[in-house]
Amino acid sequence: MNKKGIVIRGLRKRYGEGETAVEALRGVDMQVAPGEVVGLVGPSGSGKSTLLKCLGAVIDPTAGYMELDGEVIFDDGWKVRDLRALRRDRIGFVFQAPYLIPFLDIVDNVALPRMLAGVPNAEARETARELLQALDMTHRIGAMPAQLSGGEQQRVAIARGLVNHPPVILADEPTAPLDTARAMAVMRILQDMARRFHTAVIVVTHDEKIIPTFRRIYHIRDGVTHEEAGEGRPLDAS
Amino acid sequence: MISLAGRDILHGWGKFLFTGLGLGLLIGVTLTMAGVYRGMLDDGRMQLDNSGADLWVVQKDTLGPYAEPSSLPDDSWRRLRTLPGVAQAAGITYLTMQVQNGKRTVRTMVVGIAPYGPGTPGWPRHLVAGRHITRGHYEAVADLGTGFRIGDRVRLRRHEYTVVGLSRRTVSSNGDPMLFIPLSDAQQAQFLKDNDAILEQRRRIAANPVLGRPTVVDAAIESQTSPHSVNAVLLRLAPGARSEEIVQTIGRWQRFTAYDRDAMGDILIGKLIATASRQIGMFLVILAFVSAAIVAFIIYTMTMDKIREIAVLKLIGTRNRTIAGMILQQALALGLIGFVVGRISAGLATPLFPKFVLLIPLDSFIGFFAVMAICTVASLASIRLALRVDPAEAIGG
Ligand SMILES: Nc1ncnc2c1ncn2[C@@H]1O[C@H](COP(=O)(O)OP(=O)(O)O)[C@@H](O)[C@H]1O
Ligand SMILES: [Mg+2]
Repeated sequence: MNKKGIVIRGLRKRYGEGETAVEALRGVDMQVAPGEVVGLVGPSGSGKSTLLKCLGAVIDPTAGYMELDGEVIFDDGWKVRDLRALRRDRIGFVFQAPYLIPFLDIVDNVALPRMLAGVPNAEARETARELLQALDMTHRIGAMPAQLSGGEQQRVAIARGLVNHPPVILADEPTAPLDTARAMAVMRILQDMARRFHTAVIVVTHDEKIIPTFRRIYHIRDGVTHEEAGEGRPLDAS
Repeated sequence: MISLAGRDILHGWGKFLFTGLGLGLLIGVTLTMAGVYRGMLDDGRMQLDNSGADLWVVQKDTLGPYAEPSSLPDDSWRRLRTLPGVAQAAGITYLTMQVQNGKRTVRTMVVGIAPYGPGTPGWPRHLVAGRHITRGHYEAVADLGTGFRIGDRVRLRRHEYTVVGLSRRTVSSNGDPMLFIPLSDAQQAQFLKDNDAILEQRRRIAANPVLGRPTVVDAAIESQTSPHSVNAVLLRLAPGARSEEIVQTIGRWQRFTAYDRDAMGDILIGKLIATASRQIGMFLVILAFVSAAIVAFIIYTMTMDKIREIAVLKLIGTRNRTIAGMILQQALALGLIGFVVGRISAGLATPLFPKFVLLIPLDSFIGFFAVMAICTVASLASIRLALRVDPAEAIGG
């Protein structure tokens, strides 16, 4: 059990070379267990997005060690060959804006990563419908993204992130555009899903509304993380 | 996997259809252009076919009678007729004239045909109405394109002709409809000068001291005003006759040049139409570029509008190939709509053209593949753009 989830050790990322080089990450250590939702909090420019991009396998770290779901994906310059498949099969992404595909209805938006993984359309749509049901979106099935409210779109985006049952979910400010009630609803969904699918979830945020809901928080400043216990305020009371 | 291209098109079908329609009209113009060219070729071929001739005998060293002026004595046919292998021979004149039809002026090719009855080389082969010319004078058979009807009176120079028959697709290589009249009338119209000119010439000849005697003067006047010339003699050969031998025999007589169908086709279609086809070829090239620019521009803006979605698609693991395929399919779909619209609009437009426009399946076939090739090329810039999108952009700063 200890081997699963997310393990990061001494992760470094330098942008550019020489005089203009920026040390965005200077030795980040992090560990997220399956089923756990941790917060990543820090001021602007502290390296949150950079860390998420490294974990999301869209940029290469400069040095350090990263492990997802028990598999080493980066070790001091060595990295997994097929990053695209890694992203598709192991990582669910949720962004600040939902970034749904505007020309697909919400079922197909959710089913798309599953279809990309080679699952037949009907089966992928079935899984998508179940997920949308679990997220209280049954009444909106068949709708296009543009017809949904912001909160509903964000739920669809979460469903898309979850559809391949990835061992890791990376959420970048997922509650920023939402009011308190909806932000809490999104957090509840992430926690429920993490428990149900044993997913390790990292939520990047500086949203004061949701910070108290984390049991563990990583503060990041100038590319270095500090772990801290959170309040772990229960969400059901909202 | 679902068709991303198809869904995107369905989602924004209005814009897509509108663009396809615009492109379609452009393709329609292109196909019509090709049709105009084919029509010109066909007009040239029609003139060859309608003449019913196997050999054209013209003035020595000229490319007559269609491409250059040619004049030879109208009794030449008698000697040509006696050559072994020649079945029929008949003189013929061609004269392009503006003919008045009511208030309208019609450019026609007036053809003087020898008076030996239907089947003589040069005669219209099929009539769609009325009858052939039976009297030696002042009767005419008109192509439908002239707009004349049976019983109409046509004025050519000094005489009036009655239209007794109508033919179809009897046109010059310029596409001018033909008006057939008896040879001797046509000779008058073509070679005879008007009264004032005759008087003037007679005065000049009479005043010339070299031609002092009245009889010489009369002969000279006669020789210069008599209409005893034709533009060509058309020969029909007996079955099995060897046309090259006959062409050579006629050439050896020194006074004439003869062309067989291939050579005449070369002159008519090759030489007359070569520049026209280059002209139209240039048009086609320009239209191809404009079409490519339109498709490229539309597909590029559609791709630009989707940069964020493309970044997300890449982030969640979509292959580059799938994304490139999406853009290519959209370009091809645009081309397909354009082609269908273009082919239909060309088909509707061709009857409205004053000259013959011939849409042939081969051109549609070539056009289709050209459009698809153009759309493929036009999508390359957009594909390049899409493939350069960094999936990290989806995560943002
Ligand atoms: N592509 C890049 N090239 C150069 N410097 C970058 C790039 N992306 C981020 N940085 C720098 O790295 C540091 C961390 O940025 P980022 O990870 O975006 O922080 P955060 O998301 O916490 O605001 C900042 O100083 C930023 O200017
Ligand atoms: Mg950021």
